[in-house]
Amino acid sequence: MTAILAVLEQRSGAIRKVSHEVLAAARALADAMGGGTTVDAAVLGGDTLDGVAALGPAGADRVLVAKRGDFALYNPDGYAATLAEAGKSYAVLVLAATATGRDLAPRIAARMGVACATDVTAMGVEGGGISATRPVYAGKALQRVVLSGKPAILSVRPNTFAAGSFGKPGTVADLAVPPFTARVTVKEIKAPAQAALDVTEASIVVSGGRGLKEPANFKLIEDLAQAFGNAAVGASRAVVDAGWREHGAQVGQTGKTVAPGLYIAVGISGAIQHLAGMRTSKVIVAINKDKDAPIFKVADYGIVGDLFEIVPRLTEAVKKVRAEQ
Amino acid sequence: MKVAVCLKRVPDTTTKIVIGSDGKSIDENGVKFVPNPYDEYALEEAIALKERAGAGETVVYSLGGDSSQETIRTALAMGIDRGVLLQGAGSADGFEVAKTFAAELKGGGFDLVLFGKLAVDDYNMQVGPMTAELLGVPCITTVAHLTLANGAIEAEREIEGGIEVCTCSMPAVLTIDKGLNTPRLPSLKGIMAAKKKPLEVRPVHVGVGTLMVSSLTLPPERLAGRIVGEGPDAVPALVSLLRTEAKVL
Repeated sequence: MTAILAVLEQRSGAIRKVSHEVLAAARALADAMGGGTTVDAAVLGGDTLDGVAALGPAGADRVLVAKRGDFALYNPDGYAATLAEAGKSYAVLVLAATATGRDLAPRIAARMGVACATDVTAMGVEGGGISATRPVYAGKALQRVVLSGKPAILSVRPNTFAAGSFGKPGTVADLAVPPFTARVTVKEIKAPAQAALDVTEASIVVSGGRGLKEPANFKLIEDLAQAFGNAAVGASRAVVDAGWREHGAQVGQTGKTVAPGLYIAVGISGAIQHLAGMRTSKVIVAINKDKDAPIFKVADYGIVGDLFEIVPRLTEAVKKVRAEQ
Repeated sequence: MKVAVCLKRVPDTTTKIVIGSDGKSIDENGVKFVPNPYDEYALEEAIALKERAGAGETVVYSLGGDSSQETIRTALAMGIDRGVLLQGAGSADGFEVAKTFAAELKGGGFDLVLFGKLAVDDYNMQVGPMTAELLGVPCITTVAHLTLANGAIEAEREIEGGIEVCTCSMPAVLTIDKGLNTPRLPSLKGIMAAKKKPLEVRPVHVGVGTLMVSSLTLPPERLAGRIVGEGPDAVPALVSLLRTEAKVL
């Protein structure tokens, strides 16, 4: 029987939202592969794990769990050794293109002697292999690749595959951990200095650019993000290079590629590098004083004018709408 | 302190992409090529580490055609001691590229091998950790803060909503994120000196591997949007559209 292994992630013992997307992506690929292809989910974590029971309905036929004290935080060598061993029984391994998945997928691939396709936005079957579409040149082009390795290893881009509900319970079994040498140790996870919500994971991103004139004015962006309740704060390359915001917030070709449900660009003219990083957002709003700014070419909705007048008004309006909901 | 940096020649990030006649790669006509921006942080870190150690050697490796010699010279002008061009065609299969680098680096006696966290052309983001696995040494990816003391490495990497603090020993492979340092610009003196620095050319053969590119296409154009209005008075109309039409509020 052909099978896919979906590699899930936990943080502080809770299964991450992106892992439900990974499961749904694996499920869809299993259907495309046909022949009763099954989906197993692998969860590596510490002694306490929450949310395992929900993984059956989320798409897993079987959940394989490895619980150990030294797996509570990411354990690059231990995770890679375990999944490279387990991976031998699978035709495909699907991970998330997150900080962990991007680090882990190549390690597993190298240990298994196969290629891996990263940051995938669509998967299918082509000529006996697994096909994958992945944005390259920061989304300025789409590359389609075919993986012929056994297994095919892929990491899927967050916010791209919708989590699903498959309404059936999965079974739970132990995932065997082979002996390994921990060459790298993750000591701790520290809180970041700025914005806790990551632009790649947020469903709403509010980004600011040079139009804000000075770093202190980013307060306007933060207030608008706050008004939405669940929005992340992004930034253009210009303001990151100027030291106004941390690099982690940068959207664009030398920053992050994002695909939220709503992207609001404030005081960002829309350089080609920036557009590349946010053009796959579902809805784009632009606020800029220059009506000819390139950002308006990709925006679904635009307001031309002084952001210092428009943004506070928008923040109030969003607060009001949310208070009524 | 002996440090290797693996460097890639990539199209400048302002490049407008035109698909080549093979339908699988870009049309390189008129494209300006630059050192991969993330590799510049790796080059800077290598030079700074050697300067701080007071002794050692920095070596830059690049896989590519003869045009990559120019990219290597840029690294030498920044202050890298010598360059090696692994002369051959690259591959979309990162594992094959990693095998090529690992074969060259093995036995090189490097304390550290540095990569940029990703190349802004193929976004593969995998050659660094794969090379580390093949060399059998520790690897920390997307390093934004680095402390070295007595052969021990402490590095910080950004994860979603936090910073992961990692430790390992040397020798090790690190992939470098923006924010670790500010890359120096080559000085005129550096550019002159770079012309005399050793640049070895070694032909390599990159294997076929298990990943093939079947096509490269431009993404679908976004449908033209609309200007809702001018100034703050347009806000109610925008909010209404976000609620009723876009349904995101």
